[in-house]
Amino acid sequence: MRHAVAHTLAMKLLQAASDEVIKEAGQIVRCRVSLVLANDITAPLAIKSFRKMGAATVFDKTKVALVMDHFTPNKDIASAEQVRGVREFAQEQDILHYYEGGDCGVEHALLPELGLVGPGDVVVGADSHTCTYGGLCAFATGMGSTDIAGAMALGETWFKVPQTIYVQIDGELAPYVGAKDLILHTIGKTGVDGARYKALEFGGGTVAALSVEGRMTMANMAIEAGGKAGLFPADAKTLAYAKAHGHAATQEIWPDAGAPYDEIITIDAGSLSPQVACPHLPDNVRGVDELAAEHIVVNQSVIGSCTNGRIEDLREAAAILKGRKVKKTVRCVVLPATPNIWTQALREGLLETFMEAGCIVGPPTCGPCLGGHMGILAKGERAIATTNRNFKGRMGHLESEVYLSSPSLAAAAAVAGEIVHPASL
Amino acid sequence: MKLTGAAHLVGEHIDTDAIIPAPYLVTTDPAELGKHCMEGLEPGWNTRLAKGDFIVAGRNFGCGSSREHAPVAILGAGVSVVIAHSYARIFYRNSFNMGLPLLEVGDDISRIQDGDPLEVDIVTGQILNKRTGETITAQPVPPFMQEILNAGGLVNYVKQRLTA
Ligand code: SF4
Repeated sequence: MRHAVAHTLAMKLLQAASDEVIKEAGQIVRCRVSLVLANDITAPLAIKSFRKMGAATVFDKTKVALVMDHFTPNKDIASAEQVRGVREFAQEQDILHYYEGGDCGVEHALLPELGLVGPGDVVVGADSHTCTYGGLCAFATGMGSTDIAGAMALGETWFKVPQTIYVQIDGELAPYVGAKDLILHTIGKTGVDGARYKALEFGGGTVAALSVEGRMTMANMAIEAGGKAGLFPADAKTLAYAKAHGHAATQEIWPDAGAPYDEIITIDAGSLSPQVACPHLPDNVRGVDELAAEHIVVNQSVIGSCTNGRIEDLREAAAILKGRKVKKTVRCVVLPATPNIWTQALREGLLETFMEAGCIVGPPTCGPCLGGHMGILAKGERAIATTNRNFKGRMGHLESEVYLSSPSLAAAAAVAGEIVHPASL
Repeated sequence: MKLTGAAHLVGEHIDTDAIIPAPYLVTTDPAELGKHCMEGLEPGWNTRLAKGDFIVAGRNFGCGSSREHAPVAILGAGVSVVIAHSYARIFYRNSFNMGLPLLEVGDDISRIQDGDPLEVDIVTGQILNKRTGETITAQPVPPFMQEILNAGGLVNYVKQRLTA
């Protein structure tokens, strides 16, 4: 479809879901949504608001996903009670995509895998990392529970059309440098509020060469720059992914030539070393070479989450851990993000590698990522994690610390007992 | 309507894990959440609040997760208005939906100190600092947010749409 004005990816995706003509950033538009998501923490509040709105039924029982992933398997009575309430709602509304048991995984890894999100979709979720699906060229963003309740009732929501920061990434990546390093480096440049109210759009040769999973890792952390969305074009790879996972999209999606970007950031990927975000903000990013000299001792290494809990992340970690041992002073917790990933890791022998190395392999869950359970830090403890947030107290005690990195760095730190370059093992 | 109370300063990039840490997200009850408001910043922080006081924050207040429990905890703790340099997007939207008024004042935030007695008019966005006698004016609320506020919050807005 041709527009009177050139559109960024954000404008294009919103336009396809709206009856209003999108002319410029800042405009408020109403859009239809393809999927509405909530989890075990946010669904209870959404259901409360849904009732208060006087809504009788959800707009489409096949387009609401309720994923009970954060405290799964329920960590205590209170969380079990919350999930019970959501389950009852799901039964009452006959919600097709309700996940709680052996079919449950970390929401942002699970929904792409099930083909529930894909190119051209507009997805809203009561979870800030809903932006992950931008890796598949969906306009996807997090909102609060009441906004989500509104979308569940009406099948639409309002958006302010965001300005876009275009991130052009070229160059060949060095060994042990990947998608996570690219996004950490980007956030280091923008700062945690550099993309506030804006969309990030990624392009360039390095991005084209990344796997779709790698793009989701990057889109996942757009929110850590304050962004509303992190968007990648839908190219042949994206369409192949969509097809393989049963999503209907068949059209490539690219920004228009001459699209109005608010700012352009260029990154020379070839010069990057593995990146680490130091406590207590995701933009406190430094190269591993510099950090290794400081001998930063870790007590825990977490490999998993919606950022890096997919199969290629587990392969990356296993490649480091194969034939090595986790240091006695480190708990290395590996959490494959979905049951499918878990099974695939089993078949590929990755779980055996992890167990032989002395890791703890757990179920698909958010768990320690948000300090929920399965790996909480004591006062003064330090973790390296493949997750996305290192806020004060995020993984446990207020006086604990979290460093964010790629799976290979987290695995290498588990072996060395301190933050090191994997090549130095 | 003029609200009076004391200013309680918090820093920049205060995230939602600081406002209400994840272990408390097993309830949706405002009073219960209010007891732990800002506990991720400093345990017992909320005990300094008198009913109707103001949180005064730097840049990007409310960054991080989408948890609506954050504005609910702030309301539950008895805070009447948050005044900040700027807000994170999801928090901004959530607060209006939950009926927590936010005022955004940019660099003028430096004209308020911890403990200052303030008089705040949320309709005009005027903030009188009674210690200095200065008045700061907040940026106007965007028209669409005003519509939601006028409808009495998002719940009522959707209710009207459903019955229309
Ligand atoms: S893995 Fe972490 S960041 Fe992702 S949805 Fe779960 S708690 Fe949120």
